[in-house]
Amino acid sequence: MMAIDHSILTLILMVPLAGAVLVMLMPDRGKLPNWIALATALATFGLTLHLPAHFVTGQGGFQFEVSRLWIELSPDSAASGGIFYHVGVDGLSLWLVVLVGLLAPVGIVASWNTIQSRRKVFFALFLVQQTAMFGVFVSLDLILYYGFWELSLVPMAILIAMYGRKDGPRAALKFFLFTFIPSAPLLVAILWLYARTGSFDYRTLQTLIAHGNFPAYQMGWVALAFLFAFAVKVPVFPLHGWLADTFSEAPVALAMVVAGKLGLYSMLRFHIGLFPMQARVVAPVLVGLAVVGILYGACLALVQRDFWRLMAFAALSHLSLITLGIYGLTLTGWEGAVYQILNHGVVDGALFLLLGLLYDRYRTSEINTYGGLAAKLPRTATFFVIASLAMIGLPMLSGFVGEFLILLGTFTGVSKGWAIAATLGVILGAAYMLWLVQRLFFGPESALAASKPPGDLGAGQLAVLWPLAALMLAMGVAPMLWLRQIEDGVHISGTNASRAAQFVPLQSVMPIVSNGEGQR
Amino acid sequence: MNPVPDIFRILPEVILTLSGVAVMLLDASLPPRWARRGLGWVAAIGTTLALWASLWQLSLPEGTGFSGTVETSAFTVFFHVLICGIVLVALLLSLDTLPEKSHHQGEFYALIVFGAVGMCLLTGAVELLLVFIALEISSIATYILTGYRKETARGPEAAIKYFLLGSFATGFLLYGIALIFGATGTTQIYEIAQLAPTAENHSLILAGMGLMLVGILFKVSAAPFHVWTPDVYEGAPSPVVALMSTAPKAAAFALLLRVVYEMLPSLRPVWEPLLWVVAVLSMTVGNLAALRQKNVKRMLAYSSIAHAGYLLAAFSGLATTTGFSASGIAAASFYTAAYAAMNVGIFAVITVASGYDEKLPLIDDFRGLIYRSPLLGSLLIFFLASLVGIPFTGGFLGKLTSFSAAVGGGAIWLVIIGLLNSGLAAAYYLRLALVAAQRPDGERPVAARPQVGVAVGAALLLAVAATLVLGFVPTGVLRAADAGAQTLQAPPAETVPGIALEQR
Repeated sequence: MMAIDHSILTLILMVPLAGAVLVMLMPDRGKLPNWIALATALATFGLTLHLPAHFVTGQGGFQFEVSRLWIELSPDSAASGGIFYHVGVDGLSLWLVVLVGLLAPVGIVASWNTIQSRRKVFFALFLVQQTAMFGVFVSLDLILYYGFWELSLVPMAILIAMYGRKDGPRAALKFFLFTFIPSAPLLVAILWLYARTGSFDYRTLQTLIAHGNFPAYQMGWVALAFLFAFAVKVPVFPLHGWLADTFSEAPVALAMVVAGKLGLYSMLRFHIGLFPMQARVVAPVLVGLAVVGILYGACLALVQRDFWRLMAFAALSHLSLITLGIYGLTLTGWEGAVYQILNHGVVDGALFLLLGLLYDRYRTSEINTYGGLAAKLPRTATFFVIASLAMIGLPMLSGFVGEFLILLGTFTGVSKGWAIAATLGVILGAAYMLWLVQRLFFGPESALAASKPPGDLGAGQLAVLWPLAALMLAMGVAPMLWLRQIEDGVHISGTNASRAAQFVPLQSVMPIVSNGEGQR
Repeated sequence: MNPVPDIFRILPEVILTLSGVAVMLLDASLPPRWARRGLGWVAAIGTTLALWASLWQLSLPEGTGFSGTVETSAFTVFFHVLICGIVLVALLLSLDTLPEKSHHQGEFYALIVFGAVGMCLLTGAVELLLVFIALEISSIATYILTGYRKETARGPEAAIKYFLLGSFATGFLLYGIALIFGATGTTQIYEIAQLAPTAENHSLILAGMGLMLVGILFKVSAAPFHVWTPDVYEGAPSPVVALMSTAPKAAAFALLLRVVYEMLPSLRPVWEPLLWVVAVLSMTVGNLAALRQKNVKRMLAYSSIAHAGYLLAAFSGLATTTGFSASGIAAASFYTAAYAAMNVGIFAVITVASGYDEKLPLIDDFRGLIYRSPLLGSLLIFFLASLVGIPFTGGFLGKLTSFSAAVGGGAIWLVIIGLLNSGLAAAYYLRLALVAAQRPDGERPVAARPQVGVAVGAALLLAVAATLVLGFVPTGVLRAADAGAQTLQAPPAETVPGIALEQR
């Protein structure tokens, strides 16, 4: 058992890569690449489930850890001075790894009939992308982390260029430059830390920064460089320029993973985790930007005529809410934020799958040309409504828990005014989603709907959508299944941060686990 | 201990010279109607032997030969191996792509090998006159190779342009050497290092250094001495560009390291800001100009100017060798290797895809390459990714070490400018990659599916392997570069027979 625990993360990183190689080696005949990719993705998902099953809560720190010297940079000192293959998960990253594992089969099913040409290239790059995302979540060495961070851009950009709907290359270039250029200051900051400390290791740096006497002025810039790269990736208002184009052009399997997760997780882990003092200084600015983003995204989503662009601005609004939870700097907000990332992944996965099917069927994303589809596609309509309700945050569905925790954290820990403004955004969110549902599925049957014979979800899609819907319900009624580990991670990083930066107030208003660790 | 025979100090150069002479003699004695392709293999075998000989030199005690003019050390071996590797790839590449009935093939292979002699000698020379001779040997060979395609208008034009400007640059170098000789009374690098700090005529040394830097920076095509690069790359045959954009540059960078770190470390306050400015200029000018190019080879020419800038950033690193956080020498050496691997690779891909007569000169001509030839298309994207600096490729680790050294030396702004530049560079690399990944359209005539022969396959394999090794498991190369940096530090322990010292 120990052996598996030791190598499980390496396996999770390697299996998709091996799958990608296998896809490239096998002939491009029929649906063979699809099946190989699906088998790989399911196997990987199975492996990721090992993590929560054997994760020990209340113990703190990273688990399933592996640390090996990879590239020796300084022959003199054996202790540090190199790039390590150092991976591990804690409560923060645990479920995110599982989420990436879950979304891969969903994405493959969503692309099953959509991708007609060059299947090998598509599925191979899709699997490479998956490895890169796993890598970001489990890396504990800054260069390794940076490597996966950059690596995640490449397959994405190539696939957007190859499979874009109208003008793929332009969208791909925009996406790549928007996310590649901000990572330049990030690398400078990492190198600066290395020049001062001789280490790329996350925990070593955390300790050194907490105790070391770095000049505050320079550390401010270093922390800002980290934050800037993450904020573009999330994206945080006003850095969202790439989002709408990417959503309209990217194949659905990639659109469902492109935004949010990586940037938000990195904020929690590498910005607040490494630089709690500096994070505290900039937190008010980010809270303000987040609230603006919530309202701005929701307002723009209301007036979009194209459903991909509507989803893009809806994502901006939701991701801003999560940013609010993170930079409210309350434990409750952090729990809500991580939970909301999970919810956002699941719900967006389902919605994108369904919208992708609609687009494949009717070849348009103009909302106004749709209408009255509910009678022809009853199953699609049902699942779409369930996912929309989960997205809106209806109690008993997954969206509610995270939203509630974030708003509660903001209300008690930050300011009532911001919380009220954010709640307004949530109400607007209900408006645009329900209006979208109405315009797509209800009302009189449109000419477009009449143009095609009825033909609803197939077995493959149902096999994905049923579990997702069940998951939305389960995450709504039994959040403790997930929150236990999340709390664990949040409390530990919370106490680290509070020790270093004397956060006031750092509170947990949901005494879910009564082991006293976070009850301060 | 027995002294090392002088001939061992230049063994790789001797082997290369002999194989070059053999190629020429065979070329002259073979009946005219026989194919000359086999001569390429003779040259390739000679280069491989020279590579082994360089590695064998590691077992020699570090020191100089021929009255203190040629050195062998971990530093020279590092660059010898690099140069021989590049030359080998270029030879393999030419074997399959030169037209069968070209009757100058023998000269072509001989010239490549003779050029390699000059480059190898350049990295080992510790006597400025020998430096000059070595530089001329390598330059003259490259001038001729540039004009190899006599039947086109661009070939001779590029050769003349390169020759004229190159001669000027060498003139600058020679004049600089003369001034330094005037100030110190010697042309031996170690003696200059000892005498320069106390020399009476300080301004003479400064002027000499400035002129020498102009000559060397011309050879590495750093801005503002870069104007020849795009024209020459466009006119020269692609396999030659693969060679001349990497091997002579590697040799020139080795010389630059020797001149600034070993010969004139006392003038660091002067040369460091100079190189800082040249680095920033090269990156910015190179990338901005590359963004506007439509011709692939011109684009890559400007990209190579930008890469010279990234490499020069490492010169802001310290001379101390406490690992890569600070050591500029080791970082610059490593970057040279990484750059060479990926640049040779991309020119290899372009040579194969576009052919000797360059059917695909423009970026848009590469549209749909991945559909026509999945292998070449993927390799093109791979090498472009490495040039962008995507992690786990040689390009990334090269940039990492170079910028890490600069940060260690305190040049934060240089690194910020450099990394913003690499973001800018991503735009044009990516444009080519995306064009290659696009679906071919009906408008453009699709060239025949390129053939990948044995020799070219081996060349591509070598380049890919080198780029991957430098990105994934670079520890060995890093150590070698570090060992080289250590030996460049101080003059070798054994006494240098100094004529000039006695005179003073």
